[in-house]
Amino acid sequence: MSATGEKGAGAAPLLEIAGLHASVEGREILRGIDLVVHAGEVHAIMGPNGSGKSTLAQVLAGHPAYSVTAGTVRFQGRDLLAMAPEERAREGLFLAFQYPVAIRGITNAYFLRAALNAVRKHRGQPELDPLEFMDLLAAKLKAIESDDSLTNRPVNDGFSGGEKKRNEILQMAVLEPRLAVLDETDSGLDIDALRTVAGAVDRLRRPDNATVVVTHYQRILNYITPDAVHVLTEGRIVLSGGKELALELEARGYDWVRAEAAL
Amino acid sequence: MGAGGGGEAGRTTGRPPEAVERFLAQFEAFAANGAGRSPAWLRSLRAAAIARFAELGFPTTREEAWRFTSVAPLAETAFVPAPPPAGAAAPALAEREGAARLVFVNGRFAPEISSLGGLPAGVRVGGLPAALGGGGGDAHLVEQHLARHAGFADNAFAALNTAFLADGAFVHVPPGLALERPLELLFVTVPGTAAAVAHPRALVILDQDARATLVERFQGGASAPYWTNEVTEVVVGDGARLELVRVQDEGAAAWHVATTHTRQGRDSELLLHPIVLGARLARHDITAVLDGPGASLILNGLYLLGGAQHADHHTVIDHAQPDCQSHEFMNGVLDGRARGVFNGRIIVRPGAQRTDSKQTNHNLVLSEEARADSQPQLEIYADDVKCTHGATLGPLDARELFYLQSRGLAPGDARALLTYGFGAEILGRVAHPGLRAELDAVVRARLAAAAHLRADL
Repeated sequence: MSATGEKGAGAAPLLEIAGLHASVEGREILRGIDLVVHAGEVHAIMGPNGSGKSTLAQVLAGHPAYSVTAGTVRFQGRDLLAMAPEERAREGLFLAFQYPVAIRGITNAYFLRAALNAVRKHRGQPELDPLEFMDLLAAKLKAIESDDSLTNRPVNDGFSGGEKKRNEILQMAVLEPRLAVLDETDSGLDIDALRTVAGAVDRLRRPDNATVVVTHYQRILNYITPDAVHVLTEGRIVLSGGKELALELEARGYDWVRAEAAL
Repeated sequence: MGAGGGGEAGRTTGRPPEAVERFLAQFEAFAANGAGRSPAWLRSLRAAAIARFAELGFPTTREEAWRFTSVAPLAETAFVPAPPPAGAAAPALAEREGAARLVFVNGRFAPEISSLGGLPAGVRVGGLPAALGGGGGDAHLVEQHLARHAGFADNAFAALNTAFLADGAFVHVPPGLALERPLELLFVTVPGTAAAVAHPRALVILDQDARATLVERFQGGASAPYWTNEVTEVVVGDGARLELVRVQDEGAAAWHVATTHTRQGRDSELLLHPIVLGARLARHDITAVLDGPGASLILNGLYLLGGAQHADHHTVIDHAQPDCQSHEFMNGVLDGRARGVFNGRIIVRPGAQRTDSKQTNHNLVLSEEARADSQPQLEIYADDVKCTHGATLGPLDARELFYLQSRGLAPGDARALLTYGFGAEILGRVAHPGLRAELDAVVRARLAAAAHLRADL
């Protein structure tokens, strides 16, 4: 089946995944994923634990532990799988990590400027000096309604779970990706933190970018309304629908989808 | 390892080995030539020190404290005393605008290339001979403190330094006074034709509620072998605050052996930053005594080693009084065939209740041949204390590399950034902004010099 979003049909898709198989340590996790995302859309990928949701996110970002055994991924018309992880980022792909890692000794501001300048250089834009960057950072913080309490701390070092997730969204705001993949960004957040993070994501939506929200639970979708919801089980998308599908999954769990898929 | 050699043979026969004999002969010449003008207490101190050195001899790798560091090549080298600095030997030094700097060439104060401008009235800064010769308060202070803190009973190198004690830095900040700008003590060893040894010395005394920022910098000839054998004693009075940055940037063929002993009074603060960049072999023994309730210590060091460099830190943090805190952070970056050794001992004396002590030693091991050894030692004799320690060693973390790549950084830039982070984490704790920026530039330049560790981001 093809899981195409409603909007933007006709325009070239931003992301086009076809028959994607991937494995880790010889174990096949993704078993034929098809997904098309257009600019301006929000897609939710839901599924039980172990269904392959995070693997899909990691494969898109180019994690070296996963090997793609079959299928294609085109990003803005180009072969994504042929690109190194940093090239994917520079081309406008962003993965918000489920477990962001800490970087010893490097402040958030320093790191963000290095990352942004790598992206800007790739786009043929002039690099920003520290003062220019601080202006940009202040504007981005305002845009996502965040304070600057994380700016001069080492990246994720000693951050709470909520701070790490907020920090991922700040990076996303600064790097302005065309496609953001949020890997379980809602996990481990209390309701206030969830509202903050999801609200920030919602404010970053634009007609020319797209978001893929990978999640186990429906609740983040109360704040980021999806155009399409896909259910992933055992490495395949077995069901796609509109935002109401998320509510149905919330009410009924995943077992019925699995049962139907088995038919 | 280079255990054995002349040192071992000498000690088993009871006769001083050749290496020790050499220094006994040098001492005879030194005592006969000029050193006799010193006060009687200093002469007897030296005599006791050389006697102790003769008994101890050079340590061997059979001793626990020297297990990982062989000084056999050093003991076997026929060092001659570094010549007194002639005008021609004075190194070309970059001007430090407005900052006071004392320069010591081969352990001797060189006033003609020092600048003492801008020091507040009452602060006493200069060479030890002047402090002793002037009589009065300075002489009394020197007698009261010199070699009273850095003992030489168990430390052959401190004994040797004390035996040849003729000059050095004297810094005294009287009660309530502050050195607003950093004062630099620059120790330069200029070898002659033969391998030379210098025994620089520093005595730093901050009285009650005094404040100062100090830099000890060690440099020397680029390629000729020499040995710097240094001792610094620091007294931080009640309520006083000292930030001491120590930059060891000796020449590539140099040996650097040093003892730093600090003693802190009630509610005093000491920030001590040993930064190690140079020398083929460096050994630094640091003893910090928290000797007044409420004292706090930050011991925060970095060693950046490549090639065949070897650096060994043995630190002892002695909680002698209650309600003190010590935070020790030592980071190492090891490339090539370099070796970093860290031994961190923390003693909490009986009655030193509510001690808060934290120790970490993180080593980034960048090559297959590089090696790090880390050894914490906790000796706790009080029951209401908080002591934590942790050590890590290993290559760059693959998850961290991927995280940076996923944000657009090329693998080389990601590696450079993570490596720089090991240094930046330490330098970030330097309180003085100017010194922090200066050290940051030095560390970046060193990493940039290693082609695969560019930190040009």
